[in-house]
Amino acid sequence: MRNLWVLISKPDNIPIVGLLFLVILYTWYSLSKALKNDRQGFLDESTLSEKIQVWPNLVRVEFLGTLFVMVVLVFWSFLIDAPLEEPANPTLTPNPSKAPWYFLGLQEMLVYFDPWIAGVVLPTFIILGLMAIPYIDINEKGNGYYTFKERSWSILIFCFGFIVLWVSLIVLGTFWRGPGWYFFFPWEPWDTHRVVALTNIDLSEFFGVHTRSADYSLNPAAFIFGAVLVLGYYSLIPLYWILKKDKSGLLKKLGPIRYNVTAFLFLTMMSLPIKMVLRIGFNIKYVWVTPWFNI
Amino acid sequence: MFKIREKLQQTEVWKSIFRHNYQDTNRNRALQIVDNVFLHLHPVRISRHATNLGFTWGMGGITFLLFIVLTITGVILMFYYRPAAEYAYEDMKYLMNDVAFGPLIRNMHRWAAHAMVITVMLHMFRVFLTGSYKAPRQFNWVVGVLLLVLTLLLSFTGYLLPWDQLAIWAVTVGTNMARATPLLGHEGPFGQQLGMRIDNDVRFVLLGGTQVGPPTLLRFYVGHCIFLPLIATIFMVVHFWRIRKDGGISGPAGNGKE
Repeated sequence: MRNLWVLISKPDNIPIVGLLFLVILYTWYSLSKALKNDRQGFLDESTLSEKIQVWPNLVRVEFLGTLFVMVVLVFWSFLIDAPLEEPANPTLTPNPSKAPWYFLGLQEMLVYFDPWIAGVVLPTFIILGLMAIPYIDINEKGNGYYTFKERSWSILIFCFGFIVLWVSLIVLGTFWRGPGWYFFFPWEPWDTHRVVALTNIDLSEFFGVHTRSADYSLNPAAFIFGAVLVLGYYSLIPLYWILKKDKSGLLKKLGPIRYNVTAFLFLTMMSLPIKMVLRIGFNIKYVWVTPWFNI
Repeated sequence: MFKIREKLQQTEVWKSIFRHNYQDTNRNRALQIVDNVFLHLHPVRISRHATNLGFTWGMGGITFLLFIVLTITGVILMFYYRPAAEYAYEDMKYLMNDVAFGPLIRNMHRWAAHAMVITVMLHMFRVFLTGSYKAPRQFNWVVGVLLLVLTLLLSFTGYLLPWDQLAIWAVTVGTNMARATPLLGHEGPFGQQLGMRIDNDVRFVLLGGTQVGPPTLLRFYVGHCIFLPLIATIFMVVHFWRIRKDGGISGPAGNGKE
C-alpha cells in the first residue's frame, strides 16, 4: 500500500490522477446531457439560443474562470515542488526509464509492437486519423449539441480510442508498470530483481510452423502464413465493400475513398487491442516475421 | 472619493486611454468589445449557451490562458537559465534555492504545462462530443489537431531542460523511437538499405548527436523557447480567427454565418 501512495503522490503523476478524474467526470456528465437531450425530444442548447451581449455576459465568465484557474495553479505551485532529481548522467540508466506521462500510452504500445509501429507508424496514424475525422464522418446530425442517439457509432469509436486506448494505457503505463516494464500492481512494492520467464512464440509457431530453421534462416511457410494473416486482415476492407456495396446505403453515401480511409484507420486502430490479447493472453510475439520488419 | 474619481475621469489623459465607461446600454456594451484590441476577438453578441460552462467546459479558453501563463513564466525562467550542459543543472539548483520566488515561477511553469496537455485533450473531447467539427468547422478541427501535436512537442522539449536524470532519460526513451522510423531511421524497416547509420538518420538530426547530449539540450531549448511557441502562436491565430469566420461557437442554431 505504501507503494500506491508513493506512485500517486509523485509530483509528476498528480496530473494523471487529475486527468483520470476529469475524464470520468466529463464522460459521465456529457453522456447524461446527451441522453437527456435524446429523451426529452428537444435540445437544452436550443432553449439557450437567444443572443446576448458579450460584454458583460461572456467577459464575466472568462474573468471568473481566469481567477479560478490562477488560484488553483498558484496553490498547486505553492504546495508541490516540480521534481529535480540527480544531475543528468548518461552512464546511469534508471529502471524503469519512463517517457513523460502523456507518451506512456505510446511506450506501453512497445510491449505489443516493434518500435517502428508503436513509436512511429501508429502515432502518425493517430494524428492523421484525428485530422481525417471531420471529412470521413458524413453524418450531418449532432452538430453543435450533445446527443448520443443521432451519432452513437462515432461517439462509441472515439470514446474507445480516447478513453480505452489512450487514457487507460497512460494510466497502465504509469501505475502498473515497474522495473523492467514488468507488470506490478500499484500497491505492490517494486522488485528490481524480478525475472519473469516468458516463452514468447510467433503466431505461426502456435500452429506448429516454426519461424526459423536450425541455421536461423527464415521458414518460407511461416513467412507466407504471416503474410496471409496480415494482408488478409486488411483485405477485409475490399471484401466488405464488394459484399455490401449494393445493399448498404451508408457505403453508397461514403463513396470508395472515404470508405477505404475510414476502414483502414479503424482496422489499424483495432490492431492494437487484437495484438494486446495475443501478447498478454498467448505470449505471441510476432504475427508476421519478414527479413525486413516484423509485425 | 467619488468626486476624485469623477474628476479623474474628466481629465484628458483618462479619456485618451479609456473610451467607454460602464454605461448600461447595448450600444456602449458593443463598443466595449469592438474598441478593445483584446476583446474584439469576440463577437459583440453571442448565443447564451456559449457562455454556459456545462456546454463548453471552458477548456479552450483555459488552454489559451495556460499558454499565456506559460509564456510569461517561461520568459522569467529564461533570465536564470543557460542551455549549456555544464550550467543548466546548476542554474536549476540556483533557481530552486536562491532566487526569490524562483520555485514558485518554475512550479507554475511545470504544472501549467501538464495542465495544458490535459485541457487540450479535454477540449478536443468536448468538441467531438458536441459534433462541433462538422461543417463548416472541419478545417478548424484540423488546425486544432496540429495545436494538440504542438502542445505535446512543447511539453516534451521542455521536459529536457532541467538536465537531471528524469529529463535525459525520459527524452532518451522518447527519442529512441526515431531510430526505428521506416526508411529514415537506422533501425527502422529499409533504413539500412537506404544507407541510414546511427550518425546520419532522423534521430541524429533530432538530437544533434548519437545520444542525448549538450547539442540536444541547445536544440530542444531553441525549439522550446522560440521555434515551437512561434508556430503554435500562428496556428492559434488561425484557430481563433476561424472560430469567428465559421460562424462563432457551434450550436444547434449557429451553423450559418454570424
